[in-house]
Amino acid sequence: MLERAPTPGFRELDEITTKTDTRDILSHATKQAESYEDYFLVDIDAHVTETQFWPEIIGRVDNEVIRQMGEAQFMRPGQGTTALLNAVPGMTYQPLHGRIPHQAGLLEPVEGKGCHHFTELARRSMDSMGIDYQIVFPTPMLLLGMHPQEDIEVALSKAYNRWATECILPEDPRLKGLAYLPFNTPEACCDEVKRYADDPNIIGFTVTSTRNRPIHHNRYMRLYSMIEESGKPLAWHSGFNWGDPSFAQLNRFISMHSLSFVHYSLIHMTNWIINGLPERFPKIKLLWVESGCAWIPFLMQRLDHEYMMRSCEAPALKRLPSEYMRDMYYTTQPLERSNLKILQCTLEAFKAETQLLFASDWPHWDFDPPSSITTLPFLSDVAKRNILGLNAARLFNLEVKHMKPRAKDVLAARPGLS
Amino acid sequence: MREINVGPASAFADPGRKLIESEGLEVGIFKLGGEFFAYENVCPHIGGPACQGKIIAKVEEDVAEDRTSQGFVFSKTKINVVCPWHGFEFDIRTGRHHGNPRYRLKPIKVRVEDGQVIVSLPDEKKPQNTTVQPTPDGNASRPVF
Ligand code: FES
Repeated sequence: MLERAPTPGFRELDEITTKTDTRDILSHATKQAESYEDYFLVDIDAHVTETQFWPEIIGRVDNEVIRQMGEAQFMRPGQGTTALLNAVPGMTYQPLHGRIPHQAGLLEPVEGKGCHHFTELARRSMDSMGIDYQIVFPTPMLLLGMHPQEDIEVALSKAYNRWATECILPEDPRLKGLAYLPFNTPEACCDEVKRYADDPNIIGFTVTSTRNRPIHHNRYMRLYSMIEESGKPLAWHSGFNWGDPSFAQLNRFISMHSLSFVHYSLIHMTNWIINGLPERFPKIKLLWVESGCAWIPFLMQRLDHEYMMRSCEAPALKRLPSEYMRDMYYTTQPLERSNLKILQCTLEAFKAETQLLFASDWPHWDFDPPSSITTLPFLSDVAKRNILGLNAARLFNLEVKHMKPRAKDVLAARPGLS
Repeated sequence: MREINVGPASAFADPGRKLIESEGLEVGIFKLGGEFFAYENVCPHIGGPACQGKIIAKVEEDVAEDRTSQGFVFSKTKINVVCPWHGFEFDIRTGRHHGNPRYRLKPIKVRVEDGQVIVSLPDEKKPQNTTVQPTPDGNASRPVF
């Protein structure tokens, strides 16, 4: 006889919404983390939605007029979080029109933790995915390279760097940052390199790749010399830009997004190599962030092929373009896993075992959990450990130390079940 | 099999769902057009909580007889659940991805008896495996209990 009352012994779960706790959204990643608990894990690319804390950043703009311009927008409803920024079409399409609840400005309650709101969010994501260190990048600011006002890029990037180093990074030894360089103004970049060269929480420098500046121009040579001398890596973080004339003919976000990140990485890498910058800066450590990996062997083959015929146009090179590319570093996300045979060849092409660094891109809509690497059948255990953390430790000089809590304890504290 | 009564059928919205967790196993139970469907709450992509996402009609392209596009429309018959991790959409009736049906949610037996919704879960009380192994052509092999 069937009991009329619901069977005891089960719990109801909630729909995942924009207000769901990160630990509940990622609880399945936490279960996955139980299988790689002894790995040392570094997430090279996670994001803050800095516009969630925009008044704190605008308040740190050093130019009083630009600061006032930004603060004036806070008085108008709906404009404060975009103050001074150059929003581009498609920015608001990323959460898939309401289908993906994470991505921008996680709205879960964060109270009484005795730390900055973002620090608590970051801890929840690190704990949930079993991450020991996380390196934080901004989000809407990734497009600042296209801002028509160079002084605004300088003002906002300096304010962001101050905010990160004053409010976030000192709060947790597991959080690290890269100083944002306002690349459209090389002198200001040099000032930032000088300012942060010895800051232990700033473990490198980043240029957002979405911009139309030729990176081989002579105006940047002093900057590259300073970065090389600092010993800290330079990361080119790619992004999208629907405003680019060649993408204006793409009518869907999916089309533009699929091509745009890779487009900027292809252009900047080509300029770096063909102009012989690897020979001029043999010690600079370059990291290419957020274009996946499939573009790497494509460009290696393409440049090698043309170089053999037209080496007179790249006279500074002493080796094949692909050989220089093999000395650089790359991040995993968004890892193209739709054909494992192709992926295996891709990773072998650039010695992924020593050159590839795991990146989650959390909380963005196309994030990868660490299981995107742990489940690849063709990687050895050594390769997995390198990619998930040890390569990053080597590149960024991080102490290899387990800092994460046990997955079992994170699951026990999961709010949706407790 | 152990059977779990998750409550009266009349308590479900249509379309609607209930999500349960029992002995570490998470299941989504859906009501659509008066019928019930249930799936393990593990996405075949990379293990996300697929049943906990948004329920929304499938988007279709309205192509006229002369093959011109008339734009997007919501399907009148097909309703999907969207995995909240990356947006894979699964037809609630079949549990399959429309564009690549080899990606499917693992079905769980569900029936209505005396107005009560009953799901049948495996006896074996193992923690749910959320780790999804990719197969060579990139199609995920379904996790097992
Ligand atoms: S895990 Fe479900 S869409 Fe990726």
